[in-house]
Amino acid sequence: MSRRPYVRQVERSWWLRQPRYVLYMIRELTSLFVGLYGALLVVGLVRLSQGHAAWDGFVAAFSGPLGVAFQLVCLFFAIYHSVTWFALTPKAMPLMMKGEPVPGVVIVGAHYVAWAVVSIIVLFGAGM
Amino acid sequence: MSEVIRLEVLRYHPETDSEPHFQSYTVPYSDDWVVLDALNHVKDHLDATLSYRWSCHMAVCGSCGMMINGESKLSCHTFLRDYRGGVIRVEPLDHFPIERDLVIVMDSFMDKLSAVKPYLIPKEEKPLSAGEYLQSPGEMQTFHQYTQCINCLLCYAACPQCGLNEDFVGPAALALAHRYNLDSRDGGKSTRAEVVASNEGIWECTFVGACSQVCPKHVDPAAAIQQTKISASVDWLTDLLKPGAHR
Repeated sequence: MSRRPYVRQVERSWWLRQPRYVLYMIRELTSLFVGLYGALLVVGLVRLSQGHAAWDGFVAAFSGPLGVAFQLVCLFFAIYHSVTWFALTPKAMPLMMKGEPVPGVVIVGAHYVAWAVVSIIVLFGAGM
Repeated sequence: MSEVIRLEVLRYHPETDSEPHFQSYTVPYSDDWVVLDALNHVKDHLDATLSYRWSCHMAVCGSCGMMINGESKLSCHTFLRDYRGGVIRVEPLDHFPIERDLVIVMDSFMDKLSAVKPYLIPKEEKPLSAGEYLQSPGEMQTFHQYTQCINCLLCYAACPQCGLNEDFVGPAALALAHRYNLDSRDGGKSTRAEVVASNEGIWECTFVGACSQVCPKHVDPAAAIQQTKISASVDWLTDLLKPGAHR
């Protein structure tokens, strides 16, 4: 009796086989838009350092319909990324208090509270 | 005629087949039969050449993992009634070579498992006369869920990274490494880190999370790996900042 194990290749479309893989790939894709918005902020900082006129040009460029649409798309994906990450935090950061595990909903809730507090500080700083 | 259900089973005979093919069997349907019962019916009454692993029939031994309609499951834990009126497609676990029919080659997993040293490595050896290594219930609770792993490999079949990179240490072995790292009696964390914190260890995981979703024993390997990532990063940073620790 000879051994001749058969090795199956993973298909390129493996991520379409199950809804959980599709959701995972969407989450991976959202990172691209989070990164793009990060790049946009860096460009904004560079333009700011170049003086008033450069900054005004930058703001004008991203105040048009295309610029606003781009930012809305980034916002949507950033929210998707954040919400799915918050949902995973009890796994990555389980806490014990007085020998008992802290319920996941408390860990997730704390992230939303921190998100709200940081957002309020940023909005306050922006003069709103 | 009493109710029946159709199984489509992936067959592969290493001496006669160049590649696997599906074979259909019609078996009696019963509300309290699991897929393993149906396979046993095939083996006993229809086709004695069908090969598959099983032992306990009660989700304890971890032998009968298979792909059932594309999802990795224990065949002793998967009822026919959940597929009533349809076809049940049974294949060997994904991401492992097929030895024959539904039997996979699991040598790679055994190597990975032993590489993470899944046993207690005491902080300091004590003589027998010094008594037991004591542990409080609270200390035990920190790792208890990871002790439930039965090495059934459903998590390896569900994890896309295991399919894409055969060197990935994988969910079960990393969860077991975490189990011993968390144990208050253990001092082997730095020894295990060589494998656990390598590129083929925790860093190959991209947190798909499928491993935890398919685990029949409710172990959470995805959580274990993310916690190990945090812990390994802290260790790396500590080593970097400690005076004289790096050259």
